[in-house]
Amino acid sequence: MNLRSSVDIITEWDIVAARQLGRNEAKDVGFGTVDQARITTAISELARNIYLYAGKGKIEIRQVTEGNLRGLLVIASDKGPGIVDVRKVMEDGYTTSGGLGAGLPGVKRLMDDFKIETVIGEGTTISASKLLR
Amino acid sequence: MMSRIPILKLRDCLIVSIQWELDDQTALAFQEDLLDKLHTTAARGVVLDLTPIDFIDSFIAKVLGDVISMSGLMGAKVVITGIQPAVAITLIELGIRLENVVTALDLENGLEKLERELED
Repeated sequence: MNLRSSVDIITEWDIVAARQLGRNEAKDVGFGTVDQARITTAISELARNIYLYAGKGKIEIRQVTEGNLRGLLVIASDKGPGIVDVRKVMEDGYTTSGGLGAGLPGVKRLMDDFKIETVIGEGTTISASKLLR
Repeated sequence: MMSRIPILKLRDCLIVSIQWELDDQTALAFQEDLLDKLHTTAARGVVLDLTPIDFIDSFIAKVLGDVISMSGLMGAKVVITGIQPAVAITLIELGIRLENVVTALDLENGLEKLERELED
């Protein structure tokens, strides 16, 4: 099973659309209220990063199964400038926007699994997933 | 699409109940509306109730933190009430500390706390 849905991030309103989609998907999978809030918040942060740093991109949400566990995979992709120092953006408190967006370490803590692929000048893809336990 | 958050006055306090998910523009408009209302009513305290809110991201947290500091500059104290368990958990995991923010479990406790703070 691999149900997918996505939202293009172009304006601020798309951030709202992406997190609403995420919440609905999280509910659909059967996550409880705390995990729903974690997933919704993580999507909001990832969508805001796209809006702030890349201008536009896409949030894709897939329902996944791993073994006999169900879960959600969130993929945030953009064709923006890429991340120069990935280690640095994973440090708590690092910001280039004056504190808009909590940063990626927070998103990593909210989700179970977190991966960044980035190429300078080509873009960034961040995948974050959470399984229903 | 943007909607405005109603701000009520009760004695020398303002009461705000945020009833739906905040988008960026609504949050920023609220910041200005609240400061304007503090200015025109000379209220000394604000209770900001977030009971129906089921998630707060870093942007909304920043707007709320800022409006509390701004209200402080205008001589008003703000108490936040009704933060849901899921919201408290995700804010801390996200790495957001709303430091020096007075909070209370619900509106009733919040008003009592505010009245005590204003007496000091």
